Amino acid sequence: MRKIESLSGLEKWRERILARQKQYETVVSVCGGTGCHAYGCKRVRSQFAKVLRENGSRSKIRLRFTGCRGFCERGPIVTIQPQGVFYQKVQEKDVPLIVSKTIEEGKVLDHLLYEEPTTKRKATSEKEVPFYKAQHRLVLANNGLIEPTKIEDYIGIGGYRALAKALFAMEPDQVIEEISASGLRGRGGAGFPTGRKWEQCRNAPGDMKYVICNCDEGDPGAYMDRSLLEGNPHSVLEGMIIGARAIGANQGFIYVRHEYPLACKNGEVAIHQARRAGFLGQNILGSGFDFDVEVAEGGGAFVCGESTALIASIEGRVGEPRSKQIHTVAQGLWEKPTNLNNVETWANVPLIINQGSQWFSSIGTEKSKGTKIFSLVGKVKNTGLVEVPMGITLKEIIFDIGGGPQDGKKIKAVQTGGPSGGCIPASLFDLPVDFDSLARVGSMMGSGGMIVMDEGTCMVDVARYFVRFLKEESCGKCLPCREGLKRMGEILDGITEGKANGGSLALLEELAEVVADTSLCGLGKTAPNPVLSALRYFRPEFEAHIQQKKCPAAVCTPLIQYSISQVDCTGCSACRKVCPTQAIEGEKKQSHRIVGELCSKCGSCKDVCKANAVMVQ
Amino acid sequence: MKFKTVNITIDGNWIAVEEGNTILQGARQFGIHIPTICYMEDLSPYGGCRICVVEISSNGNGKAFLDTSCTHQVKEGMVIQTESPRVIRARKMLAELLVASAPNVKLAQDIAARMGILKVRFPMENNQCILCGLCIRMCYEQMGGKALGFASRGVDRRVSMPFETRPETCRLCRGCDYVCPGMITPCPGIKDPGELCGRCIRLEEMPKCCPSGTFGCFCEQNPL
Amino acid sequence: MDFQAVEAIIGKHQGKRTALIGILHDIQEQYNYLPAGALEKIAQRLQMDLPNLYGVATFYKSFSLTPKGKHSITLCLGTACHVRGGPKLLREVAKRLNIEPGQTTKDKMFSLQAVNCLGVCAIGPVMLVDGKYYGEMNPVKARKLIEKLIPNGRGVRA
Repeated sequence: MRKIESLSGLEKWRERILARQKQYETVVSVCGGTGCHAYGCKRVRSQFAKVLRENGSRSKIRLRFTGCRGFCERGPIVTIQPQGVFYQKVQEKDVPLIVSKTIEEGKVLDHLLYEEPTTKRKATSEKEVPFYKAQHRLVLANNGLIEPTKIEDYIGIGGYRALAKALFAMEPDQVIEEISASGLRGRGGAGFPTGRKWEQCRNAPGDMKYVICNCDEGDPGAYMDRSLLEGNPHSVLEGMIIGARAIGANQGFIYVRHEYPLACKNGEVAIHQARRAGFLGQNILGSGFDFDVEVAEGGGAFVCGESTALIASIEGRVGEPRSKQIHTVAQGLWEKPTNLNNVETWANVPLIINQGSQWFSSIGTEKSKGTKIFSLVGKVKNTGLVEVPMGITLKEIIFDIGGGPQDGKKIKAVQTGGPSGGCIPASLFDLPVDFDSLARVGSMMGSGGMIVMDEGTCMVDVARYFVRFLKEESCGKCLPCREGLKRMGEILDGITEGKANGGSLALLEELAEVVADTSLCGLGKTAPNPVLSALRYFRPEFEAHIQQKKCPAAVCTPLIQYSISQVDCTGCSACRKVCPTQAIEGEKKQSHRIVGELCSKCGSCKDVCKANAVMVQ
Repeated sequence: MKFKTVNITIDGNWIAVEEGNTILQGARQFGIHIPTICYMEDLSPYGGCRICVVEISSNGNGKAFLDTSCTHQVKEGMVIQTESPRVIRARKMLAELLVASAPNVKLAQDIAARMGILKVRFPMENNQCILCGLCIRMCYEQMGGKALGFASRGVDRRVSMPFETRPETCRLCRGCDYVCPGMITPCPGIKDPGELCGRCIRLEEMPKCCPSGTFGCFCEQNPL
Repeated sequence: MDFQAVEAIIGKHQGKRTALIGILHDIQEQYNYLPAGALEKIAQRLQMDLPNLYGVATFYKSFSLTPKGKHSITLCLGTACHVRGGPKLLREVAKRLNIEPGQTTKDKMFSLQAVNCLGVCAIGPVMLVDGKYYGEMNPVKARKLIEKLIPNGRGVRA
C-alpha cells in the first residue's frame, strides 16, 4: 500500500481498486458480526474457501467477511453478488449446494431464503425482506458491502471522499457551519446539537485539543455502536478526522468497551491501515494537517460511558465522574478542550459532508434530523438493528419492521433509553420516535435500545432490574446514588417477594426524587426514570404484588407456582429427566405432577415440554 | 490589589464574592450557614456527601437545580437558596440514608438530629466509615503519605491501603485519624437497636449519657 | 514469580498511561489474574502512585486479583437477555457450579462472571464460554454445556 499524498492520488487509487474488483465474477459475502460468529459464520466461511479451492474457482470468486448486517437472529447471513441473493441461517452443510446451484447455475435455494411467517412469502434479495424493506439505511448501508479489515473496500465505495472535500474544498468554519445547518444532534442519548458542540470546542482557549469517540455503549440491549465500529470502522475514522480538523485537534481516542473485542480489533486494524495509506499521521493527503488516533479500552464499567468518567478512564484513573459546571469542551482530557461524540454521530459526518446539509435536514422531523439506528430486541419476532428516519412511530417499528409479538402474547410496553429511560405502554405506540416526543411521556429515545415487552414481562421485575443494574454500576462516590439506589433496590426486592406494605410505594417515590435531584452525575440523576415510568403506567401491577402478593405476569419467583396440566400432559417424562431437583413424579404415559416443596422454579420443565402442559401462575 | 467580584444572592441577601470562590466559601464569608460533612478547609472539595446542596438558578427566573455548594463556583447574577423546601427535602432524605448506614458515627447522628429525623425507614446497618474521603485527601494533599485510596466501587467502595498492607510511604503521622469523623466518640444515647434515640431533638434530659453534659450535642463541640 | 513478561507488555504499549487498562488486560491474560508484584512494577514504570493503581485494579469489573478458573463462563445481564429469561439461567448455572458470580470453583475449574451486556442482544440469553458465544441459551442447554467441560476419566474436552 503506497501512501496517498494528494487528492488526485486518492482518486487514482480508487480507480485502480474498482478496476481490480471487476476481475471477480462473483462475490460471496459472509456476515462477520459477533452475532453471526456465535452461530458459526467462521466455519461457513472456511467451508466456502475449501469448496471453492477444490473446484478451482477460487481466483474468479471473491470470498469475504462483511460487517454486521444487523439481522442477527437469522445469522449466519450470506449474500451472493451479482445475483443479489440473500441467504439466512446458513450452515456448513449448505455450502456445497450453494456453490453448485447458486454460484454455478444461478439457481436459488428456497430453503435458505427468508420466509415471512404469516404470508409465507419468500424473499430473494435483501430489499425484499420485510425487516430491511421498511428501513432507511444510510449509516448502516455499507456494512454488507465491505470487508471491515480491508481499507480498499471502503475506498471502493467512495470512502474518504468527504475527508478530501473537507480538507481541500472547505475551511474549518465552513465544516462546522455545514454540520450545524444539517441539524445533526448527538446520537449517544443526550441529543446535544453537534455543530454547536464543535463550535464551542473550537472557540475554547488552548492550543492543544482532543476528539474522542465514545464506543462504551453501556446501555444493556443496545449494540448499534458495536456493529458500526466492527462493520465499518473507517466511516467513524473519517468522521473523526473531519471533525478534528474543524475543531483544531491533533489527537483522538476511540474508547471501546472491553466486552467488544472484535470492535476493538477491527478499529485497530482500520487505524493501522489508515496510517499506512496516509489518512492518519502527519500531513494528511498533503494538506498540512496532522492527526492521529489511539484505541483506549474500557474495563467493564457502565459509568465510563459518561463523558467525564470516560475521560478519567483514558487518563488512567478510576471512572469517577466530576461536576459538569465546567463542560468538557472547555476542560476535558488533561484539562484541555475535548470534543466527545458517540460512534453513530461520527459516522453521520462523512454522509453530511458528501451529500450536504440540505439533504440531511430533509430527512426526519423539524427538531430531529436524519436517521437513527435502533436495536430492536426482546419479545418481538424480528430482532436486530433497525435504521429509520426520525419521526417514524413506535408502532411502525415494532409491528411493521419487528413483525409483532414473538410468542403470540400481547405486547405490553417498550423500554427505550436504557437505564436512563423508561417504558412506554402499548397505548402510546402512535408516538413518533425523536428526541423530544418520548421525553414528554417520561422516557427518552436515548442511544437507541428498544426492548419490547409482552404480557409475560413483569414491570415490577423490570424496575427492579434497572435499579439493581445501576446499583452495581454506580461508582460509589456520592451518597444519594450509592445508598439511595441500594435502598430502592431493597424496597423493590421486598415488593417482588411479597413482603412489602402500603407505605413502600410512597417511600420509593420519595427516595427516587432525592436521588434524581442530588446525584453528582447523569447515572444517578436519571436512575429513577425506569422506576417512575413503570409506576406511572403500570401501578396496578405494583399494587397486585403488594396487596394480593401476586405477580400478574408470573415472573417473580417467590410468588409463582409451577404445575402440570393433567389434561395436556402426555407422560413423555421429558420434564422429569431435566428437573435438577427431582421434583417431578409420574409414570410413563401417565400425567406427571410437580412436588411444590422440591420445585426450584428453574423453568427447565417448561422449556422442554412439547405438549405445552407446564403452567405458571 | 484589585480583584474581580461577582454579585450573587443567597437567601435574598445580595453579596459580593471574589471570582473563583465557591458558593460555600462565599456563604461562610457572610455568616450564612450550610451544613457539610466531606468538606474541610485547606483540603480540596470533594462533593461526595451532597449534604451541602443548595438550590441554584442562574438568574432567578430560569430552571433551578441542586448542586453542592462546596464545588459550585459563583457566577454573576446567581440566585441561591440554602433552605428552600426542595433543599430541605433532599437534605432530610440524605441524612436518613446516612444515619441508616452509620448510626454510631457522631457526625451522622448530629446531622440526623439537626434535620429532625426520629425514625429511620430503612433496615439499619452499622458502618464506621462514611466514605467521606477526608483521610485520603489529608494523606495526599497535606501529609504527602500517598498511602490511602478508595478501592472497588458502588456499595463495595471502601478506603484501603494497597493490597491491605501499609506501604513504606506511610509515616504513621495519624493525619488520617485526625480528620476522620468516625473517630469521635458517638452519642451512646439510650436507644433500641435499629432506632434513633432522639432525646436531643425532643429536648429531654439525658442524665449521665454523654461526657459533654446534658445537651452535649448542641454545644460548642459540634460545628454543625 | 518472574515478571519479565510484565516488562514486555508495558513495552508493547509504549508505557503510556492511556493504555493502562489495555496493559492490565494483557497482564491478566498472561498470569490468569493480576499479581501484586506485577502491579507494583507497573506503578513504578508508569509513574503512578500505588493506591491509585490499586484503586483502578479494583474498580473495573473485568480485573481479578485472585487466580481465575480454567474455564471462564460469562453470562449476560443485559435487558434483552433479562426479558428472555436471563436471571433464571444465571441462577441455574450458579447453582450447578455452586458459586456466585465473581467467584471461582474450589477446584479452580470454572470462573463465573455476570456482565452488563455483551452486545449480542438479538440472540439472548447469551453465554460466553472460553471466548465462544452461545445464543438463545436456557438452563437445560447450559447444564449440558457445562457437563461437557468437566473432566472425566477420558480426559478434558477442550
